[in-house]
Amino acid sequence: MREIYLDHAATTPLDPRVLEVMLPYLGNVYGNPSSFHTKGKEAGDAILEAREVVANILGCRSDEIIFTSGGTESDNLAILGYARANASQGKHLVTTVFEHPAVLETIRHLEKKEGFEATYVPVDADGLVDPEAVLSAVREDTILVSVMMANNEIGTVQPIEEIGSLLRKWKMSRLLRDPATGGRKSTPIFHTDACQAAGALPLQIESLHVDMMTLNGPKIYGPKGVGVLYRKRGIKLQPLQFGGAQESGQRVGTENVAGIVGFARALEIAQEEMKKENERQTQLRDELISRVLKTIPKTRLNGHPTKRLPNNVNISFMDLEGEALLLYLDAEGIYASTGSACTSASLDPSHVILALGVPFEVAHGSMRFSLGRSTTYEDIDRVMDVLPSLVEKLRAISPVRVDEKYWKN
Amino acid sequence: MDYKAKTTTGTKGDVVSHDKKQSWFYTDTVKGHFFHPQNFLDEDPDEGAFNAIGKVGSPACGDELRVWMRVDPVTERIMDFKWKTFGCGSAIASTSMTSVMVTEKGGMSLHDARKIKPQDIMARLGGLPARKFHCSVLCDKALRDAINDYYRRSNHVEKIVIESARIIDPVSKVTDKDIEEAVLEGARTLEEVQRKTKAGVGNKDVLPAIEELIRFYREKYFGAD
Repeated sequence: MREIYLDHAATTPLDPRVLEVMLPYLGNVYGNPSSFHTKGKEAGDAILEAREVVANILGCRSDEIIFTSGGTESDNLAILGYARANASQGKHLVTTVFEHPAVLETIRHLEKKEGFEATYVPVDADGLVDPEAVLSAVREDTILVSVMMANNEIGTVQPIEEIGSLLRKWKMSRLLRDPATGGRKSTPIFHTDACQAAGALPLQIESLHVDMMTLNGPKIYGPKGVGVLYRKRGIKLQPLQFGGAQESGQRVGTENVAGIVGFARALEIAQEEMKKENERQTQLRDELISRVLKTIPKTRLNGHPTKRLPNNVNISFMDLEGEALLLYLDAEGIYASTGSACTSASLDPSHVILALGVPFEVAHGSMRFSLGRSTTYEDIDRVMDVLPSLVEKLRAISPVRVDEKYWKN
Repeated sequence: MDYKAKTTTGTKGDVVSHDKKQSWFYTDTVKGHFFHPQNFLDEDPDEGAFNAIGKVGSPACGDELRVWMRVDPVTERIMDFKWKTFGCGSAIASTSMTSVMVTEKGGMSLHDARKIKPQDIMARLGGLPARKFHCSVLCDKALRDAINDYYRRSNHVEKIVIESARIIDPVSKVTDKDIEEAVLEGARTLEEVQRKTKAGVGNKDVLPAIEELIRFYREKYFGAD
């Protein structure tokens, strides 16, 4: 049976071109980059080069790139590291209700255990954040604002540039109003989790107006276990771990050399192919969305129809539960994902879908199909061949009837 | 409650198919019932075809189950048992399995049917992943609800058994016994108890009562903190 992988938002396959450049560092080039001999320098040079490549793409200095173990660590380092190092400046944080758990739970931890306060900005029914709402949540003691660039579940793309420039203006006006305090304070700084966006959106720091940015290897056809935190020069972070001097002491421990080399190559390829892939995947995305909504009754698209990642399709099928549909699709060789409680370890339905203002049943019945470089029109055809009858089968055994105001246009 | 008894949990981790070649989330028996559910009601119930109905759960907690039952008034055996569910793979499979258990071999007597425990259903399914066991096996509760309904309709009010456990969350029908059992199986916080029972998921009003019970049972079995 042909396998159709439509879960690229969970992880992407490793690009063979990436594997190729990684292989030497899993073999012969095994030195410790910190060692003071030729074997070590080979490995150290590879990291240096990878750092240059990433810095070039982001348009930043290479010493502003911190390699980490992935998106979760980058988010944790950005938030915990900054909050702890700058608590004397204030103890208030601003974020949104539908961030990735790596951001949300980190901030909740600071609230619960370390005496911080947080404001969670809501999103609208389309899953978009209003920049003005973010700004109005900012207080004198706000030290960090964190808003994701694109949502991992519903793919909505957030106005990061606008939020960034509003925050800059706010800081500027404080400086003019009160030069004494304004000159001393650099807060709040702006962090964005760009894990989902990295393959599809431009990442130039200068135009994004961000101070910190999280990237993740396995979302961009790179290796698992490697990520990046961009951290603007001068920003002080308290490290999460101790015992070395790697990554300027911000993230110590012997480097994942092969992973770092692979990450840089993956980011390079992703940026090169972005335009072509975005166009191609957007067409496939819109094809799948319109065919599902047209052929299968009682369905709704979650998230804005156009301000979304080119590869994200998230649809709620009313009156059925997502895990059951996921497993029926699995039996057909189609791999997707659901916001149902039943597949999550916490047994809670998706906080992202609930944030759109819909009831539990709509979240339980949500399915995410995330397309990728390998996705073709034939794949979409195949999905549409099997999906309607599977939905019908599950609806036949379901006693639930979701109120039509949540799915009728 | 006999708290020295061996605790029952689901199978550790996921389940491997019988040929051991490919792991799947459920056993082959679960898979069979999931892909080919038995006895589900595929059209609106015909009035008169059934003489009892039962219900448990709500879509808010992820599972809703309704059952329709026909009992022979002379033998008090279950002649027909149909169901509809909004639920995950193991909810569908465990309901389907229960419907088979109560109707096979000429139908189970109401007396025996009342004694079916989630553990019995899981045993027939060959195991369920641990995290699925508590939340998705609901059919025994719906079955007891239907048995009471049968006695109510047939004017045998004296045979209605009110569950001795107290229902704490009317939405998920989680009882104080369920919470006690969850604590005994190692759940210490509200989050951990919810992971096992779904108590209060989708019904935040009852959270204080649940937290109080967790404290009570923790102190009862494990001493004060």
